[in-house]
Amino acid sequence: MAPSGLALFWACVIAFAILIYTILDGFDLGVGILFGRTRDESLRVQMMNTIAPFWDGNETWLVVIGAGLFAAFPDVYAVFLSAFYLPVLILMIGLIFRGIAFEFCFRSLRMRRVWDRGFSLGSTVVAFVQGAAVGAMLRGIPVVDGHYAGGAFAWLHPFSILTGVGLVLGYALLGAGWLVLKNEGPLRDWAYRRIPWLAAAVLIALLLAFCITFDYSLVARNGLQVRPWGIVFPLIGIAALTAVVFGVRGKRDQIPFVLSVVFFLVSFLSLGVMFWPYMIPYSITVGSAAAPDASLQFLFCGAIVVLPVILAYTISVYWIFRGKLHKGEISLL
Amino acid sequence: MSFDPVFLSRLQFAFVVSFHIIFPAFTMGLAAWLATIEGVRLVTGLPVYRRVFDFWLRVFAVSFGMGVVTGIVMAFQFGTNWSVLAQKTGPIQGPLLGYEAFTAFMLEATFFSVMLLGRERVSPRAYFLSCCMVSLGTMSSSFWILANNSWMQVPLGHAVIGGQIIPANWWAIVTGPVMRVRWPHMLLAAFLTTGMCVAATGAWYALRDVYREEARVMLHWSLGFVAVVIPIQIFFGHLTGEYVLHYQPAKFAAIEARWKTEQPASEVLFAIPDSRSERNLFAIDVPRLGSFIASGNWTAREIGLETIRREDRPPVVIPFFGFRLMAGMGLIMLAVSWLGNLLRWRGRLESTRWFLWGTFLAFPTGFIAILTGWYTAEVGRQPWVVYGLLRTREAVTPSLTTGDVLCSLLCYGLVYGVFVSFGLYYIFKLLRQGPTAGLRPIRGATGGRRPLAYADDPATATGGKVEAGT
Repeated sequence: MAPSGLALFWACVIAFAILIYTILDGFDLGVGILFGRTRDESLRVQMMNTIAPFWDGNETWLVVIGAGLFAAFPDVYAVFLSAFYLPVLILMIGLIFRGIAFEFCFRSLRMRRVWDRGFSLGSTVVAFVQGAAVGAMLRGIPVVDGHYAGGAFAWLHPFSILTGVGLVLGYALLGAGWLVLKNEGPLRDWAYRRIPWLAAAVLIALLLAFCITFDYSLVARNGLQVRPWGIVFPLIGIAALTAVVFGVRGKRDQIPFVLSVVFFLVSFLSLGVMFWPYMIPYSITVGSAAAPDASLQFLFCGAIVVLPVILAYTISVYWIFRGKLHKGEISLL
Repeated sequence: MSFDPVFLSRLQFAFVVSFHIIFPAFTMGLAAWLATIEGVRLVTGLPVYRRVFDFWLRVFAVSFGMGVVTGIVMAFQFGTNWSVLAQKTGPIQGPLLGYEAFTAFMLEATFFSVMLLGRERVSPRAYFLSCCMVSLGTMSSSFWILANNSWMQVPLGHAVIGGQIIPANWWAIVTGPVMRVRWPHMLLAAFLTTGMCVAATGAWYALRDVYREEARVMLHWSLGFVAVVIPIQIFFGHLTGEYVLHYQPAKFAAIEARWKTEQPASEVLFAIPDSRSERNLFAIDVPRLGSFIASGNWTAREIGLETIRREDRPPVVIPFFGFRLMAGMGLIMLAVSWLGNLLRWRGRLESTRWFLWGTFLAFPTGFIAILTGWYTAEVGRQPWVVYGLLRTREAVTPSLTTGDVLCSLLCYGLVYGVFVSFGLYYIFKLLRQGPTAGLRPIRGATGGRRPLAYADDPATATGGKVEAGT
């Protein structure tokens, strides 16, 4: 079934929201993951400050994804959330716990250790289940009569563990790039030291996952045969990460973060090239899942007003808090 | 009622939605209250209004933050536990809830930030306008929730094609006759809830003999407001009852615990409904009053649950008690507010200690009324999730097992227990502390845009290291 123009519009909106979410919440989750790797109090405080103005805004994109899927692709919304019942539960609890930890870890001396642990553990778990969900999707979701037909732990498989760990490393790489971008002094050096190792580990994990998927999935092979130009995306990804591994000690602090973002972008596009038009491999396509045009049209009227505002707001927050964070200098609106 | 995925999923939904609803309802009332106070300050120029405003703004920020976080969980509940509902009604419910999410984020992205941080950066008029826009925004957010729920109560404007329920007429879906009654009912409920909280806070300070001037503003404004609004709310409650009688006779019979059809019908004031034997134990009833309440005359015939097929009957106990608790809370609000205004007229409002105690203790009446009213509406709709179209039993995610839902229910219980108690504790701390210093965005490294950054005094909320002893 060919998707209508409105269905394509909504598919683009959701794909865009997922990409933005992955990059934005990716770096702040990544900082949370790295937070657990140091005991130095001044580094930890600095890390928190680096993501403080952004992290809750980043999470709003998750709700745009959820609400958009429910409205525009109810079948995907229903099947995805039933298939990932436990990961979604872990995701919710991880996000809530991380949020509380962020708010309270400076308020209470007694509970300090618990909140610090909660912050790094929550971030890691959230990243892991997101990556594992991608892995489980690549393996395919069993769907019978339009409903999810598997168990609660079907998503847990060595391959999805690989992608889960891969995403934890990938977010940590984004986070390290962000720390370099926003800081000077010891924290920047601390992050610089970790970047080559992280980039190498991500490269290995993702290449492995790519080869396994290519070997396993007829759809993915077919996708690349139909769209041979798509091969440039994985190649750009490999080039970007290699550049991060070897070129990290350059003069410009933007480079590691920008290249990591490029890597995430092309990885996402590679998935698109391989699996289009499937939204849930190998059963639900963009055309088959789309709500009737009457629904898509109705929400379209709101979306053309709201989405630019959310986008403009996001950009303005990042613009206001641009540049390095200097010690003692407090950036506020 | 057995321990199966359907029952546990219902319990889980009731649990997360109950925790969620109290914050947006409180926030909606606070937004309107803040806009009012700011308007009064703009006209009179009295500094006390600024102090009252700044104080409640802090409470507002924390409550807003709690509402957003508990709302994120809600956005995924329909898919995780009610996937068949999501698939069948997604074309209708999805856009309605999508609009709600859009409204909430538009608000957070624009006027909410101005309201929290822009006092010094925009003109007083623009600031007042921002307050009004935030208030309007919270109300329109509730509009979409109520539109969605009203459609589930009385579905209109849809077509059923191939098992999927799709929109045929959005105007009918969004502004059905039921919606026109239920949305005002919800708005007024939110305003009353906040009104009672503001009055209770004022009474608390008056009892402790602190912040006299602020307490006076809080008591006078809120009790005056509640006294005027509560009769209107009772009227809208009556209209809500009329729609229930017309569209959902089974729910009406359950609320009245009327098992047998009666003519004329009596009104059960109190009883313990026994579903097994289909009769009321320890009943206290008033002859003929039931006919009058339902139909406006003393001899009308009112149908009982016996006329409804057994598989279409809602449970009786929760709607019966839920409705009575809600109505009882309404009567308490009526009594407190009218008595308060009588005392005010006599000039004894702030010195009558027993009344201040009563007002203080009446702070949860609004919350209790909202929750019990909501339970009445939702449980009374059973066994349907979309009335007459889709049964709750058939709407649950088919792949769920009892163990899955038990696990998630326990996790949510634990996390919400911790999270919400922290939030409520901070609100309590703010209220106890009172309107001391003016609101200053905490120039802390954690960034002042985040609501909870306002929960504490600047010394401990700066995000810097806490010195020992503070």
